[in-house]
Amino acid sequence: MDQHVRVPMSKEDATKLQAGDYVYLTGVIYTARDAAHKRMYEALERGENLPLEMGNNIIYYMGPSPAREGRPIGSAGPTTASRMDKYAPALLDLGLTGMIGKGKRSDGVKDAIVRNRAVYFAAVGGAGALLSRSIKASEVIAYDDLGTEAIRKLEVEDFPVIVVIDSEGHNLYETAIEKYCMEDL
Amino acid sequence: MRTIEVTEITHNIKEMCIEANHFLSEDMEKALKWAAEDEKASLGRQILGQLQDNLKIAGEDMIPICQDTGMTVVFLEVGQEVHFEGGNLTDSVNEGVRQGYVEGYLRKSVVKDPLIRENTKDNTPAVIHYDIVPGDQVKITVAPKGFGSENMSRVFMLKPADGIEGVKQAILTAVKDAGPNACPPMVVGVGIGGTFEKCALMAKRALTRPLEERSAIPYVKDLEEEMLERINKTGIGPGGLGGTTTALAVNIDTYPTHIAGLPVAVNICCHVNRHAVRIL
Repeated sequence: MDQHVRVPMSKEDATKLQAGDYVYLTGVIYTARDAAHKRMYEALERGENLPLEMGNNIIYYMGPSPAREGRPIGSAGPTTASRMDKYAPALLDLGLTGMIGKGKRSDGVKDAIVRNRAVYFAAVGGAGALLSRSIKASEVIAYDDLGTEAIRKLEVEDFPVIVVIDSEGHNLYETAIEKYCMEDL
Repeated sequence: MRTIEVTEITHNIKEMCIEANHFLSEDMEKALKWAAEDEKASLGRQILGQLQDNLKIAGEDMIPICQDTGMTVVFLEVGQEVHFEGGNLTDSVNEGVRQGYVEGYLRKSVVKDPLIRENTKDNTPAVIHYDIVPGDQVKITVAPKGFGSENMSRVFMLKPADGIEGVKQAILTAVKDAGPNACPPMVVGVGIGGTFEKCALMAKRALTRPLEERSAIPYVKDLEEEMLERINKTGIGPGGLGGTTTALAVNIDTYPTHIAGLPVAVNICCHVNRHAVRIL
């Protein structure tokens, strides 16, 4: 089902989404990938505050290519989410309601999604030029020294994603593949 | 003896880095177009349609096809009658990468040390493979490699007794484990034989072979065709979200090996299988 969702996204809105839904996000999301996650995780371990509130927010696992003059951002597709699996449960427990990436997640992340009524979305990997058109503004808000891996605040308009793991733990990667699998692996 | 100025290498590498990251080769474009027509799953067709749109936007607006503009792999086949002047050849390749990535608005994705992980800020160094070949030409292949798919690549040191069935299982295992992480539809490069590093290099180089070109060795050609068919029956599909297009091609290269071994490398590439080729 096609859905239009305003972001940040409440847990209540997150629970309305089901694995397989095609969702257009409009509002504000934040980027963070490997290095930013490591830094946030270490900050939490030291008992420090994070550079952004997790509550109701959505993190996009993405490190863009540089923007040409007059454009908000360069190519901006998702990176592989599983590299953030070590860090994601702690952020979900702090109120993060959505993650956008591509690829499989660990059982630990899936459990944290269900426990916190959150959602894991996939954006189409390798479609960074197309996805950049749904990003209207981009601003580095933390960890500037990390370059492409800095934390960015993005204003998005009808940013297209697909619900892969919903708040009840249904996993589209598992169910969708079964339907077309004719090879016994 | 033919003399080539190394600045010519730099200039070409720079242009090729930019070209490869914005335009796919004709065979890749064709294969993706056909896949969009043949895919059985509706979500799969929608994703393949988006990949078509993505390629169009990338070329028209000069935005990289994928934000992961890769670690730059360069194959240099140097004619033995060529003499380079004006500086160090390796430095001239890296200078081309530096200029291409900085001036071409490409992402800098290389860290100086694998554990200390400080970005080099210009995507250097490249990974350069030199071959000395007969003649007086230089063939340059620039193949930026994204790491979503690179991370899912594998080397299997099989036993001779594992035979061709073992090879098939190795390829299927790598593809199945890669699944949605490797941004399917993928191109699968396979190296069979040689040594540990030789099979990996063959697998990488196989990714640069035109998709419609099959191996000249009859049993290898059959293996390529059988593996493509079986991979497309895994159900993984475009984006890993189910469908009949999981791979666009399986390219396999082989080499003599040791009586005790059967090395197999599977280098997986996403649908942004980039390479630019020039002959000087």
